[in-house]
Amino acid sequence: MNWEPVIGLEVHVQLLTNSKIFSGASTAFGSDANTQACAVDIALPGVLPVMNKQAARMAVKFGLAVDAKINRRSVFARKNYFYPDLPKGYQISQYELPIVGEGHLTIDIDGGEKTIGITRAHLEEDAGKSLHEDFHGMTGIDLNRAGTPLIEIVSEPDMRSANEAVAYLKKLHTLVRYLDICDGNMQEGSFRCDANVSVRPVSQQKLGTRTELKNINSFRFIERAIEYEIERQIDILEDGGTVVQETRLYDPDKGETRPMRTKEEAHDYRYFPDPDLPPLELEDTFIEATRQTLPELPDAKQKRLMTQYALNREDATQLTVSKELADYFEAAASATKGDAKTVANWINGDLSGYLNKENKEITESPVDAQQLALLIDRIHDNTISGKIAKEVFEAIWHGEGNADDIIDNKGLKQITDTGAIETIIEEVLAKSTAQIEQYKSGQTKVFGYFVGQVMKATKGKANPQQVNEILKRKLDA
Amino acid sequence: MHNKSLTQLAADLVAKRVSSVELTQHFLNRIEQQEILNAFITVDPGFSLAQAREADQRIQQGDKTALTGIPIAHKDIFCTKGMLTTCGSHILSNFVSPYDATVIDRLNQNGAVILGKTNMDEFAMGSSNETSHYGAVKNPWDHTTVPGGSSGGSAAAVAARIAPAATGTDTGGSIRQPAAFCGVTGFKPSYGQVSRFGMVAFASSLDQGGPIARSAEDAALLLNVIAGFDARDSTSVQRQTPDFVNEIGGDIEGLRIGLPVQFFGEGLDSDVEGIVREALREYEKLGATLIDIDLPNSALCVPCYYVLAPSEASSNLARYDGVRYGYRASGYSDLIDMYMKTRAEGFGDEVKRRIMIGTYALSAGYYDAYYLKAQKLRRLIAQDFAHAFERCDVIMGPTTPTTAFAIGAKTDDPIAMYLNDIYTISVNLAGLPGISIPAGLDNTGKPVGLQIIGQYFDDARVLNVAHRFQMTTDWHQRAPSRVQP
Repeated sequence: MNWEPVIGLEVHVQLLTNSKIFSGASTAFGSDANTQACAVDIALPGVLPVMNKQAARMAVKFGLAVDAKINRRSVFARKNYFYPDLPKGYQISQYELPIVGEGHLTIDIDGGEKTIGITRAHLEEDAGKSLHEDFHGMTGIDLNRAGTPLIEIVSEPDMRSANEAVAYLKKLHTLVRYLDICDGNMQEGSFRCDANVSVRPVSQQKLGTRTELKNINSFRFIERAIEYEIERQIDILEDGGTVVQETRLYDPDKGETRPMRTKEEAHDYRYFPDPDLPPLELEDTFIEATRQTLPELPDAKQKRLMTQYALNREDATQLTVSKELADYFEAAASATKGDAKTVANWINGDLSGYLNKENKEITESPVDAQQLALLIDRIHDNTISGKIAKEVFEAIWHGEGNADDIIDNKGLKQITDTGAIETIIEEVLAKSTAQIEQYKSGQTKVFGYFVGQVMKATKGKANPQQVNEILKRKLDA
Repeated sequence: MHNKSLTQLAADLVAKRVSSVELTQHFLNRIEQQEILNAFITVDPGFSLAQAREADQRIQQGDKTALTGIPIAHKDIFCTKGMLTTCGSHILSNFVSPYDATVIDRLNQNGAVILGKTNMDEFAMGSSNETSHYGAVKNPWDHTTVPGGSSGGSAAAVAARIAPAATGTDTGGSIRQPAAFCGVTGFKPSYGQVSRFGMVAFASSLDQGGPIARSAEDAALLLNVIAGFDARDSTSVQRQTPDFVNEIGGDIEGLRIGLPVQFFGEGLDSDVEGIVREALREYEKLGATLIDIDLPNSALCVPCYYVLAPSEASSNLARYDGVRYGYRASGYSDLIDMYMKTRAEGFGDEVKRRIMIGTYALSAGYYDAYYLKAQKLRRLIAQDFAHAFERCDVIMGPTTPTTAFAIGAKTDDPIAMYLNDIYTISVNLAGLPGISIPAGLDNTGKPVGLQIIGQYFDDARVLNVAHRFQMTTDWHQRAPSRVQP
């Protein structure tokens, strides 16, 4: 039987507010345990929550960016459960009336587009952390994170493969960073994902029984976890079994998911409206003012780059992964006399490779946009070949100066003197009688050998176009 | 000295007839003499006298307000920095707050002295003060009877003249009912008038702090300091706060007094009814007119309240888990065992009963039938008042169906206990201001309370109407016979 996976994601996005969602304590990451938890965060008797307007603004910003309905009135509710890192014994969240209603996000997949529905996004507070190590069999509680604002973004079950889920997650990741509402740091837990996964026979409408995968904190793991889970469920069904509705944890070390709790063990959260917080009422003026703060969004930017710079979809998509990368591209493209496509190739190729290797962000690149533009200028005006440019790029990366300095210092200027190239070609041909024979007998593939020899003799500096022309002329004579 | 009003005491302090230290010491001595009442959970003379000394300095420097140097007792539900805040519970028996409640903070700013923390029903859940972990409080008028609850310690302290005035909180009648039983004046402001920040939560949408004093005038004086918007409480209402003392004294000629037929029906003690009717005649003499009104959903107030208040409480009290502060049981085997033992040992029966009721009412499958239905009912009850106020300016009736009952009389019958709040609960559900003032003594010599209910944020009028009665009667000046003049 052919099976179709059905996937929906719940993404927790920590908002980049200065203070917590219901208290004045700082939200900075990495401080000593419990130094950023005030009376409200540790739930002392008598304390009360006060809504952080900045968090509402960020949630609205997100809603507008996914073309969602912004609810003028949303309601905070208490989600009740006992856990040591949940100081009040309940989490303040939104339940029946979230701040952001239905919206959608478009992902690029298999060379095309697909729209993924967003069910809702609601504001809530994060819990603290339980620390199970270093306490000699006891558990430590760090409440610094308690009260950090989150939006939980719930998607429709619109994804049909792990690949699509990752594309959606990456798009969301890109978006929240464009909006400057989340730092997107998955290691530190600023951007977390739970996945609901089920499978059904291809032609069936009814959804299969789903499992919820928790604790997946990288794009790679999410892909593996979903793939593993799809396989696991198909195996069960093909063996005539039934999938149990349950929550499962992904173990990145073993690359598998394992049961955490079943439906029967699920909490009854006893949601009810929080009487300490009046409903969150948003004025139209607030929403409009927030709309004015929206930057150019990834989709719009991608389309603009395609038309303005004549880029293909793939290049434009890659360049718009982050706003900073797109800014870098535009700065370089407008500074160089070379064409934008070359700039895109350099950024998506060599530059990305170097950045990845050293785990750097584009903003940390030792080669800035102006330096890349100059390098591309020198290819454009035939001072160096594209191949030599790679060597120059490496030198710029390592801080040896700008393109012109390096070309001068290393004597990398391209040989474009036809006479000089002819002389070298003749020397090469004189030593290659056997290969000439081959060429003449129709094995034209050997042409590459001659080019190689000429380049070797000139240390790669001969203008490749001229070399080709002269060689062809001489051999075909 | 202890029979003087707050205004008189303030005048004495300014005129240097007495110092704050002397005044505070006087009341500390009286607390000790009346220890049998068990009105206080915590008294810390060192703490109080240090505050009194500071107050004396302020008075010396002319930097004083109406309450500077006056000792005030606080219900042990208000967080006080540096002094125990137990909320009448074992589970908070070791809890010292690192911050002051807004009410305390405002009084401190004004130079008032914290006289001590008064006894109360555990987590304000009770109508007799018998659910306190620290033992029952005795009614100063008759030591065999209860002082009412949950602010029983505060009401008893004011009645026994061992505190000039006190704070209380009222979720379903917890200021007004003990004020009635103890023959003092207890005012529950409109919901949102007094900040709840630092007031240990019982039922957040109903809780409201307010003054318990010997007169409406004293209550207004105290309210002047503790009322007003507080950015730390999102349910605090942003409105101009009037000067409540200035607002009293105006005549009430033409005042329309609504009398709900439901407040004078079955279950009302005839003695109490007679005294309330007598008080109403006094109002007629003052120029008011009496109008019968209908509050059709009155009978549903108690069931509505006993779904909503426990629901909120079940969640509000989840934080007492033994993890971060308060009592933690010893000898537990794992986390769940720790939770269970801590809460089993830390909470008393009434608190457990309400946590269980609330947890049940909020559970999946029951939510619509209980919590949601009660919320709808609450809106109807508020509408009943809105309709009634189209025809009258204030509503009056008895505060309680009977006078103070015997200690132990109702502890085994929660429903009978709950019915004690039958006239007070609806006021909380509607968020209205309400006051109980002494209106007379029943045939056994126990005080009877008259309740006056006002429109939302018409607190000043309620105080004025109460004050007018006290200008022409002396019931509020009667003290229990045991109190030495």
